[in-house]
Amino acid sequence: MSLWLTMVLAGLLTFAIRASFIVLLGRFAVPDWFRRALRFVPAAVLSAIIVPGLFDRAGAMDFSVRNPQIWAGILAIAVAWRTKNVLLTIAAGMVALLALQLIMG
Amino acid sequence: MDTALRRLEFWSGVRDESPILLGVVPFGMIFGALAVTSGLSTAAAQAMSSIVFAGSAQFIAAQLLGADASGIVILMVVFVVNLRHALYSASVAPHVEDLRPGWKLMLAYLLTDEAYAVTITHYDSRGEARARHWYFLGAGLTLWTSWQLSTAVGIFIGAQVPRSWPLGFVLPITFIALVVPGLKDGAGVAAAVIAGVLGLAAAGLPYKTGIIVAALVGILVGMLVEGRKQ
Repeated sequence: MSLWLTMVLAGLLTFAIRASFIVLLGRFAVPDWFRRALRFVPAAVLSAIIVPGLFDRAGAMDFSVRNPQIWAGILAIAVAWRTKNVLLTIAAGMVALLALQLIMG
Repeated sequence: MDTALRRLEFWSGVRDESPILLGVVPFGMIFGALAVTSGLSTAAAQAMSSIVFAGSAQFIAAQLLGADASGIVILMVVFVVNLRHALYSASVAPHVEDLRPGWKLMLAYLLTDEAYAVTITHYDSRGEARARHWYFLGAGLTLWTSWQLSTAVGIFIGAQVPRSWPLGFVLPITFIALVVPGLKDGAGVAAAVIAGVLGLAAAGLPYKTGIIVAALVGILVGMLVEGRKQ
């Protein structure tokens, strides 16, 4: 398979996955449990990306207490919970990380 | 529907997507640089960012192409890595149900992790809901444009981001900022905690399959907790 053909097929495949339910919903009767499940999709998928991301330092998992990302992440969760402010949460998390990196080395 | 509302939604989407670019742009630059070093032509490297338009899958595909892996293998890997987008598709589907087919296809093309995270938060918020597809479009196009430009910078200049800058951390932090305020009840918290813990436990699984397994179990737990209360 040529490089360009592979790339175009990979693009079509990705697009098909993303379009799947957007196109199909409304054409079929969707069971009630499915609609109930959708409410949990953002929290579940994004949490499954967030938590490993907090431990991942430049491609390697760091489970030590000296990993500043874990503490910055916990602080960001607290700020997000209290303030519900997106920019403030990002700023708090990043500033905390940079400060902890300086302190912890 | 008035133009003012559409414009407001579009630019709100652009604005809300912007902070995440701090994490996306270095990633795009690294992709551009890596794609050329793996042996892709500059044209192919740049084209992949618009044809495939999926960060993690592009990284893996570029490396596999460079290693002369067979096309079928590459397609299977791309499929598995991008499977989580089917969950995003299901999640936004009820919100875009009444749009014209052209709109649906365009928004599906723009449905990345980063655009989804910002857009679903907006869809789940209260208030005027008639023009929220314009918000989706604004967020999606902002990400798309910066992905194309950062790929180009990576290809032609290389990725000049010092390793000590923890810009990759912007992504999980932004997702925290978007997810946590939306956890309104025990069922939502249970779904998030279970998915997060399982996501970490399964982080070693190849091709991001851990994310899908963790998310599906998290969703199931959320539904069970919700069902118990009723």
